[in-house]
Amino acid sequence: MITKADVEHVALLGRLYLSEEEKERYTDQLNAILEYAQMLQKLDTENVPPTAHALPMQNVFREDCAGDCLTNEEVLSNAPEREEEYFKVPKII
Amino acid sequence: MQLYQMTAHELHRLLVKKEVSAVEIAKSVYDRTDDLERKINAYITLTKEKAMRQAEAVDAKIAAGEAIAPLSGIPVAVKDNICTKDVRTTCASKILHNFVPPYNATVMEKLEANQAVLLGKTNMDEFAMGSSTENSAYFVTKNPWNIERVTGGSSGGSAAVIAAGEAVCSLGSDTGGSIRQPAALCGVVGMKPTYGAVSRYGLVAFASSLDQIGPFTRDVADCAIMLNAICGYDPKDSTSAKVGVPDYTSFLINDVKGLKIGVPKEYMAEGIEPEVRKAIEAAIEKFIELGAEVEETVLPHTDYALPTYYIIAPAEASSNLARYDGVRYGHRTEEPENIVDMFMRTRSEGFGEEVKRRIMLGTYALSAGYYDAYYLKALKVRTLIMQDLERAFAKYDVLLSPTTPSVAFKMGEKIDSPIQMYLSDICTLSANLAGIPAMSLPAGFVGNLPVGMQLMGKPFDEGMLLRFAYTFEQNTDFHKRLPLL
Amino acid sequence: MTRYEAVIGIEIHVELKTNTKIFCHSTTEFGGDPNTHVCPVCLGLPGVLPVLNKQVVEYAIKAGLALNCEIAEYSKFDRKNYYYPDLPKNYQISQYDLPICKNGYLEVETGQGKKRIGITRIHMEEDAGKLVHQGTITTSPYSLVDYNRTGVPLIEIVSEPDMRSAEEARAYAEKLRSVIQYAGVSDCRMEEGSLRCDVNVSVHPVGTGEFGTRTEIKNMNSFRSIQKAAEYEIERQIEVLENGGRIIQETRTWDENKGITVSMRTKEEAQDYRYFPDPDLVPLVIEREWVEAVRNSLPEMPEQRVARYIESGLSEYEANVLTASKEVSDYFDQCLKTYNNPKMVSNWIMGDLSRLLNSVNMEICDCRVKPAQLADMLKMIDSGTISGKIAKTVFEEMFNTGKDPETVVKEKGLVQISDESAIAAVVDEIIAANPKSVEDFRNGKDKAIGFLVGQIMKATKGKANPQLVNKLLKDKLS
Repeated sequence: MITKADVEHVALLGRLYLSEEEKERYTDQLNAILEYAQMLQKLDTENVPPTAHALPMQNVFREDCAGDCLTNEEVLSNAPEREEEYFKVPKII
Repeated sequence: MQLYQMTAHELHRLLVKKEVSAVEIAKSVYDRTDDLERKINAYITLTKEKAMRQAEAVDAKIAAGEAIAPLSGIPVAVKDNICTKDVRTTCASKILHNFVPPYNATVMEKLEANQAVLLGKTNMDEFAMGSSTENSAYFVTKNPWNIERVTGGSSGGSAAVIAAGEAVCSLGSDTGGSIRQPAALCGVVGMKPTYGAVSRYGLVAFASSLDQIGPFTRDVADCAIMLNAICGYDPKDSTSAKVGVPDYTSFLINDVKGLKIGVPKEYMAEGIEPEVRKAIEAAIEKFIELGAEVEETVLPHTDYALPTYYIIAPAEASSNLARYDGVRYGHRTEEPENIVDMFMRTRSEGFGEEVKRRIMLGTYALSAGYYDAYYLKALKVRTLIMQDLERAFAKYDVLLSPTTPSVAFKMGEKIDSPIQMYLSDICTLSANLAGIPAMSLPAGFVGNLPVGMQLMGKPFDEGMLLRFAYTFEQNTDFHKRLPLL
Repeated sequence: MTRYEAVIGIEIHVELKTNTKIFCHSTTEFGGDPNTHVCPVCLGLPGVLPVLNKQVVEYAIKAGLALNCEIAEYSKFDRKNYYYPDLPKNYQISQYDLPICKNGYLEVETGQGKKRIGITRIHMEEDAGKLVHQGTITTSPYSLVDYNRTGVPLIEIVSEPDMRSAEEARAYAEKLRSVIQYAGVSDCRMEEGSLRCDVNVSVHPVGTGEFGTRTEIKNMNSFRSIQKAAEYEIERQIEVLENGGRIIQETRTWDENKGITVSMRTKEEAQDYRYFPDPDLVPLVIEREWVEAVRNSLPEMPEQRVARYIESGLSEYEANVLTASKEVSDYFDQCLKTYNNPKMVSNWIMGDLSRLLNSVNMEICDCRVKPAQLADMLKMIDSGTISGKIAKTVFEEMFNTGKDPETVVKEKGLVQISDESAIAAVVDEIIAANPKSVEDFRNGKDKAIGFLVGQIMKATKGKANPQLVNKLLKDKLS
């Protein structure tokens, strides 16, 4: 059972502000979805390995050879705010 | 017949014979788009100038007597979650309303190498999260067969443009059915290739272990042509498969005699609308008539696919969508107090409701104390779902089912109930969880609304799907029916 | 009064010296204009994907073997999720439950002899970018972000909490740096941030089994400050406990100027990194043949060099001092290539060279005297061109100017006088001028001869061949 406090904690982890109304709504909806997901608990998966990748693949590498970088202008082309060659962000604390 | 109604292979023939020019084709499609866009709302961005330049280049090549590729001069629309260099790519989200990628997705490089003409970027559910294209931050795309109904989603724009004649071919992405479901609801052909068959490089990630780019086309032959262009190993994508790419058009064989079809009974169960089931049963009869062997089979863990998917996909999404924070690109809130405030306000303003809901769900599923119960459990059930399919494919060449439980539903009908909306994907999710190829093709109508048939195949056996689909298409004429617009 | 025991564990981040970043082809070169060593992948643009640099895995295996670790047969990458503006994706690709190396150890010299410090694990991960502030992070009205360092490959080496004093902590960090340098996987330059230490410290009363609550100290930029920070933190914790206080688990930063650790506590949010396997990367299955190939490619490690040096005639002490730093040891070996007298080379490196380096706080790799030049100078001593004493002057000049010994000797006119008749004339002069000393010597005061030699050297401005002076003086006086 997810409480409103859980929703608030998760929203902070996911960096989302929620209005009071949203908190209520997400609490209800997440509960409904997770209750539905409870059906997974019925399955015995004790000896079942997890599948993180649908296809069995391993050891995919690239060689240590340098390629082109973006220009500073390209890097900053979408920056909401910049100062000289840097991205600019508000104070950290 | 108008140029905008033709298939890529028909247009290619006309181009080669110099009976039409690429510029004429592009103009025809853009004129059609100008006529219809106010009604359909399929495009977020049109790239007319660029398209005309590309078309002219193809015409110059033809005039110079050079050979052209099957997609040269063919107008193609691209879902707005595929990065296009110097062309805005929004994911139908406010958070990327101004994002102009400085690079091309690998599929875009491939389309450009084939000299396909990029028409524009199509509407979708925000970040591909949805089944109706109602979750776009910009506008809702209407179903060309009935503009009060949804196109399906999330690649609704890419499906609608094919049905409406606003493009000849298009690209979408499919994480849980986002190509096949709108293809079914819009009455066109859509394929989700095997995971790893098409590079994901440049596809804005929703759920990385499930996402796959694929084509929408008017017929099966065009589907094969698009696959030829976009499939293949890409060193920029670690999950790209190092397998040879066949000529997919070589599977356009009008013959399925002796081949085996399994019909999973869970996909024909009570969740499926009776009239949809009836259409699919008729399609099965057709295959029997054409000499295929059909058997009912079981995929016992089918019911678990939906909860499994709705743990895994949001979990991956919650991490994939963390980068939208207002620092490097996209929306940034005004006058934030500090960095945390900036992150939180930027994201709260920039993301729509469904995206936030999935970020919340995924974050919760991965958080301390819940990882094992939800995420790890879901990965294990994923294994069981895959094992069901492996067992089935030991016996059958393809699995056949409806693509969707119903035909196109009315706008607003399911938007307030996430679970009702999620249920639209029950037939399509398993193929993503297992990474196998699956396609939808027109297989009938309920009234004036198309019904889609889904074919699932073994990994990298897209050819078999094409063969079944082609045979069906050659012996039916559902694909020839056009919406009245 | 209660006696306390300290428990210290160290996490060390080392930047690997690959050409390119861990998951993309951007250069890892240090410096460069801000935001120019960046591509779509390391900038974390929408749609990009990581592809693992093979060299990173090879270096990680190498570091693991050099630190006596087991190399995993199966390993994978995970995402560590947290928000920070220097982290472009707001998650760091790292390794969680299946690191590439584990269960290693490092032998460290301590006051009580050799001690084995356990190494829990080594894992691979990507570095973050850099924040630039006006003033400090807390007072600056805004920050600027440079992503040049994002995606530079790191290994994190986590020790067991096996150290019991600040001195041991320093010895461990120094030894580890040396081993990593020997293995050839990193430059380990603390000043460039290619080696960074986080020190975990706790204290508990002697005799109680349970460890105390620990704090983590960051931001030490030298081995000396590691020791000082740990010393300070041990004292601080004891004082808190003695005053009836309680240690709070927290991160503290070392303030070098004030010589204290300061709490970095901000608005505290419980950390929950939500690790999960990165779906964009595939697992690693490390074949044993690969591990063996890497093992065979490992260069000569410090223990092997110590043995070789002792064999060549050096004392154990000398061998240990020379090999403590790979750069010093390499310098020594380079000298031997053209001047094969280990004892002599060792004396000069440990003596004059090390004294001069210390006086200007310089590392041997930045020294202007190249090994071949030192070797040339030593040859000049052997051939009698200069005296050992003059060599000191010559060497200092070489150190300051980087000039060849021949040039210095020529320019300064320091060639040794080995002409017997020239020296004999001076000897006669000095004998004549110092009858008292001559008298003393003849009466058995051996010391007097030293004075006379000194006078002769003074008269020749130190250039007279000392052996000849001695010989001639003794001849004349006997």
